Amino acid sequence: MSDEEEDLILSELSDDDLVLQMMDDLYDGMKEEIIESVNILLERGWTPYDILTKSLVEGMAIVGIDFRDGILFVPEVLLAAGAMKGGMAILKPLLIETGAPRLGKMVIGTVKGDIHDIGKNLVAMMMEGAGFEILDLGINNSLEDYIGALEAENADILGMSALLTTTMPYMKVVIDTLKEQGKRDDYIVLVGGAPLNEEFGKAIGADAYCRDAAVAVETAKELIARKHNAREA
Amino acid sequence: MSFSDDQLTIEGLSAGEGSGRVLLLACGALAHEILALIRINNWTHMDLQCLPANLHLTPDKIPDEVETAVTKHRSDFDKIFVVYADCGTGGLLEKRCDDLEVQMMAGPHCYSFFEGNEVFASHAETEFAAFYLTDFLVRQFDSFVWKPMGLDRHPQLLEIYFGNYEKLVYLAQTNTPELDRLAEQAAERLGLPYERRFTGYGDLANELVAIT
Repeated sequence: MSDEEEDLILSELSDDDLVLQMMDDLYDGMKEEIIESVNILLERGWTPYDILTKSLVEGMAIVGIDFRDGILFVPEVLLAAGAMKGGMAILKPLLIETGAPRLGKMVIGTVKGDIHDIGKNLVAMMMEGAGFEILDLGINNSLEDYIGALEAENADILGMSALLTTTMPYMKVVIDTLKEQGKRDDYIVLVGGAPLNEEFGKAIGADAYCRDAAVAVETAKELIARKHNAREA
Repeated sequence: MSFSDDQLTIEGLSAGEGSGRVLLLACGALAHEILALIRINNWTHMDLQCLPANLHLTPDKIPDEVETAVTKHRSDFDKIFVVYADCGTGGLLEKRCDDLEVQMMAGPHCYSFFEGNEVFASHAETEFAAFYLTDFLVRQFDSFVWKPMGLDRHPQLLEIYFGNYEKLVYLAQTNTPELDRLAEQAAERLGLPYERRFTGYGDLANELVAIT
């Protein structure tokens, strides 16, 4: 980092420059700077929703693209996510107060026997940033955990994640149980995780396999819109 | 045959001159163990070629790399055996091997077949929060775990990566006090309780015997 950058005073930047700087800071995983910038924009009268969508979500979208293109790697994405989380922690209660638009509700968690939650956490955060309400069940979830939460929360989407070849078949167990109980069509089922692929997603009867958090958000938006259209038709 | 672990990680190992009838096309992480078995059993009809072990950092590339190597060497050998387990390919490697009509190791990964796939599966429901190392991974801990995860540059990520793990289990192929010490040190660095379990070569030995 140059001396010039070190001397940067965020509060002296114009709104446009500050938003661009936030995207840079997010990219570089600078959590403290993101928190400071979020507070500056709030003081300037920005709505929490605008701060979220125009700076944090757009910034993370760039991170996502560069990750997909092999420019950024997992450690850098995690640092960026940590920075976004810092900003989200301030904005989340304010978003609830100000009644920001909600696109739908998602229940998400890693499957039984799988403790690997990095991808799941990224998806949850990006979905939340995109306007979905998230119930994060955490790790090692049984079909009872998933189905119980879907019903209790009247959720729209089920998200299941697995990192291991040995645990990913459990997704089919959950989907098959939903079918047996006549509830499969009540929910959009999205699956993801390193060893999964589109073929696997189709084979187990998921609505979609999502290769990363950005794809999960776009897929969820599309399928939710389709579901709403179908209801209205 | 002389080679370093770094070479096995980044470059792999070239096949011999085709003097053997069987080519073992393996992950670089298995080279020492396979050569030990060849030596112990005097399997002079077997040649070994290893793909770079660091392919495990991008498992989606493994099927293509295996296919390229199989295609290249098929005419030089009577038989090719792929010494990879599923290794995070989500069944794609098995499918590719089926398409290529070559056999491969059974099991989800090397931790499993070193311990024995049946034994490993039997404790899958109670030991899913264990982080496993083999002899190779102990020796290459920095190259395979610490640095690719960015822990050398960003130690604050340790909790994100390993917060859900409950212990580190060193599945030892050999009784080597130095590796035991390094494995324990790795557990300390990850902030995990340490356990050592001797496995020997497990199903790797059984499967290679079966193809001789």
